[in-house]
Amino acid sequence: MATAAARPAYALPESYGASGVWSWLTTVDHKRIGALYMYTALAWFAVGGLEALIMRLQLYGPNGRVVSAETFNQLFTMHGTTMIFLVVMPLSAAFFNFLIPLQIGARDVAFPRLNAFSYWVFLFGSLFMNASWLIGAAPNGGWFGYTPLTTYTFSQGLNIDFWMIGLQILGVSSLAAAFNFITTIINMRAPGMNLMRMPMFTWMAFVVQFLLVLAFPVITIALIFLQFDRFFGTNFFAMTAGADPLLWQHLFWSFGHPEVYILILPAFGLVSEILPTFSRKPLFGYPVMVYSGMLIALLGFGVWAHHMFAVGMGAIADSVFSVTTMLIAIPTGVKIFNWIFTMWGGNLRFTVAMKFAISLVGLFVIGGVSGVMHASPPADLQQTDTYFIVAHFHYVLVAGSMMGLFGGLYYYFPKITGRLLSERLGNWHFWLFFIGVNLTFMPMHWSGLYGMPRRIYQYDAGQGWEIFNKMSTIGALIQAVAVIIAFWNIWRSRTHGAVAGNDPWGAPSLEWSIPSPAPVYNFAVIPTVTSRYPLWDLKSPHLSRGTPHEAGAAQVIAQPERVRSAEELGIPLPYPTIKPLLVALFMTLMFSSLLLIHKDKTPLAIAGILTCAAAMTAFLYGWLTAPLEPEHH
Amino acid sequence: MTDSHAPHETVDHADLKAMGEVHEHPTWKQYKWVALILTVITVFEVWAYYVPAFVASRGFVPTLLIMSGAKFAIVVMFYMHLKYDHRLFRALFTGPLMIAVATIVSLLFLFAKLSVGAHG
Amino acid sequence: MATAVVPHAAHPATTTGLDHRKVAIWAFIGSECMLFASLISTYLIYKGRSVVGPFPHEWWCPDTRTQTFCAGESAAHYVHTLKPILNIPVTSQSTFVLLMSSLAMVLALSAVENKDKMPANPTLGERILGSSRLWLFMTALMGATFLGYQAFEFTSFVHEGLTIRTNLFGSSFFTLTGFHGAHVTAGVLWLLTLLAIDLKRGLGPKDALIVDISALYWHFVDVVWIGIFTLVYLIR
Repeated sequence: MATAAARPAYALPESYGASGVWSWLTTVDHKRIGALYMYTALAWFAVGGLEALIMRLQLYGPNGRVVSAETFNQLFTMHGTTMIFLVVMPLSAAFFNFLIPLQIGARDVAFPRLNAFSYWVFLFGSLFMNASWLIGAAPNGGWFGYTPLTTYTFSQGLNIDFWMIGLQILGVSSLAAAFNFITTIINMRAPGMNLMRMPMFTWMAFVVQFLLVLAFPVITIALIFLQFDRFFGTNFFAMTAGADPLLWQHLFWSFGHPEVYILILPAFGLVSEILPTFSRKPLFGYPVMVYSGMLIALLGFGVWAHHMFAVGMGAIADSVFSVTTMLIAIPTGVKIFNWIFTMWGGNLRFTVAMKFAISLVGLFVIGGVSGVMHASPPADLQQTDTYFIVAHFHYVLVAGSMMGLFGGLYYYFPKITGRLLSERLGNWHFWLFFIGVNLTFMPMHWSGLYGMPRRIYQYDAGQGWEIFNKMSTIGALIQAVAVIIAFWNIWRSRTHGAVAGNDPWGAPSLEWSIPSPAPVYNFAVIPTVTSRYPLWDLKSPHLSRGTPHEAGAAQVIAQPERVRSAEELGIPLPYPTIKPLLVALFMTLMFSSLLLIHKDKTPLAIAGILTCAAAMTAFLYGWLTAPLEPEHH
Repeated sequence: MTDSHAPHETVDHADLKAMGEVHEHPTWKQYKWVALILTVITVFEVWAYYVPAFVASRGFVPTLLIMSGAKFAIVVMFYMHLKYDHRLFRALFTGPLMIAVATIVSLLFLFAKLSVGAHG
Repeated sequence: MATAVVPHAAHPATTTGLDHRKVAIWAFIGSECMLFASLISTYLIYKGRSVVGPFPHEWWCPDTRTQTFCAGESAAHYVHTLKPILNIPVTSQSTFVLLMSSLAMVLALSAVENKDKMPANPTLGERILGSSRLWLFMTALMGATFLGYQAFEFTSFVHEGLTIRTNLFGSSFFTLTGFHGAHVTAGVLWLLTLLAIDLKRGLGPKDALIVDISALYWHFVDVVWIGIFTLVYLIR
């Protein structure tokens, strides 16, 4: 029976850190930062979903009059930007933050204050970009911002300024986090945790950090070029000066394609955690799963121009990118098969998390198949810029990433909060979402092939598109109900969910060896790892018998009866500090000052930038000179 | 920031070596030679610029690229002591470097600044 | 309550034995490769595509701001005197200065690492080589000199009619070299901070890591310039 206490009865309150708003503003604890990312991302999910619903209502029937064309442009731009940068990426970041140290047996990330900084930059950047709605100037140039449309000549409002500055700010967040996690995974693994013993989620996370580190600089430069053009009158995209509109497209997609692998690989990692647990079988082909993840990332840098098959690059370029795009289906397909073989012959338990994970495996294939269809340039000439593409990427991102992330939510909620999400509500969430997603996006394959272009705010009757649009809109409404149920589930389970012990699922990896929720120091004693499935070695050795092991018994330390405080255990904790938040705040304000240039207040803009830069530097200096944690001898 | 060991009054060389922090670094003599070689290559590069016959030839661009590539490699291997350091750093640098070079080369082909077979 | 008897949970050593900050700086340098690759690619893509002059390697008359002759010059004279806006002799000097600054940096690091090994009665040469303050100062000075050359170059270009807005060459050139210059500036400030710490409390072997990290950043900035010098200035 659910009790009011959120934590195991044997837990000391001080094991879990201080409470109160200030403790959250000054936290440097990766678990709290992960929770902050999760709740913020879910809030933006509601916003992005609302943007989608309004579009679907507008497109329900021919000649809709719910919104104007201009508003529709802002809706599809912000829906895309929000879902990608403010939902899927931060939800993945929530899991990176929360899970990576726990899975590798560490007490925190390599740079805890930088970690907090990443979150606050994300929060302030997301607020900045959405503040544009308040003045009716939300970005309206598409989430991909093609020039020359987004140059000042053709877009004179503040809309694009909000977009490019907002993305630049968000980029800082992702880059900082990537350096942090790369260092953490390389340098903070528990003894015996060699790379080929790491849980698959951590492996996929590791690969994603390299994608981030290599892709974000490219869009940083592309945005710099656009910012310089719009604010300072440079010529990067000025057609009259001889600029090439394709420069933006190549730079953007050189970032944009690795970006989509950034969006899917964490969900793949979560599926690779969930399926073995609920199949009671080790992951099939672990090394191949690792190598295929690496190969997807590497090949991901060589496919970008498949977004540009219609611009006239020439037969050679088209063919090269077509081949590389088809090639990348191979490691992806390998993963699908490995997941299926993981379940094959297993003792399956269809928890809600498992249902979400299995849906990803099945539905991602649909998205993948349409993707391979786009890989052929002649076929893509028909498909591009139609709803057929919209169908593809929503299958891989919603039926793919979101399903995986929801699965991760149900799987890891007990570790984060100490309580299980309700399976009953979860089943409603799952089935309604599953039906809604398929009803929304499957018909788009048809309307797309029947010629319905993307990004149109209205269509005339009699083109054969009505039935598909009606189905999509109803599907979207069903998805909305599912998400409301999900939010209710989260809200309710925080106080009324069944109390979870250390390991409610019978899982194999290190994070399940500690109490739920995890104590502030994670591990009382850093474990020594001898295999890929340390908890199964300890509790259910028959499950991991066939996998590589070091000789000798598993050495995961059993938990003491009482959860001790960090002080009792003599574990130094990093000092909480407000400085990462302040540096993030002044950095955002500094970038925001640029907007004043387009309001003919350039001196004020310069004053703003200099003041904020000074404040930022001052707080950064304080941050860098303050010790991370108490001296220990 | 986190120290990886308890503070000492002085850290002795043996400890530093055990931490992987210090390898046999080049000495002042070797640094002198490195600087000299870099200077000589730079002199050749600039000199090449002023030889019109060479500039007009097909060998000009490849030669300059090789020379600056050599300088690049020398600074990275010796001054950034990548040659002597843990091979992790070699991986962290050469991976991104290869992707960066591949990106530049691909973009040059895509914008018709390089063509297969002929010099652009 | 913690008591004297409770054993202190020692900080776990890092998995690789390497310091976190060194791993992070190499990852950072990797990402900077992509940053400068994008800037360099754009410069190379737009090379030769400017609609109006000045152009990098073609002769240019700063007075008339065109490729027509300056007052008093004749066509014959001009054809044989290459006067491109890019000034190779001057830039070769600044390139050399930056290159030598890397030598100074390496000596600074070496001085910090070997501070404990100074002999009891050092010769003048040994004292010079072993002075981390001198070499940190020299590195920063040479970096600042390079920036001085850049400032000179930028202002003379503006006088000769090339601004960041003039044409594709101006936009891509000033952005690329400007970003590089900003990186050099950050490096100089970083070095001066280290120098200040050295003057205040002294830098010794225990500080070798932070000096090493600043050295890695500095050398990388030099290495990027090696690329820029060849691709922008020397190759036509």
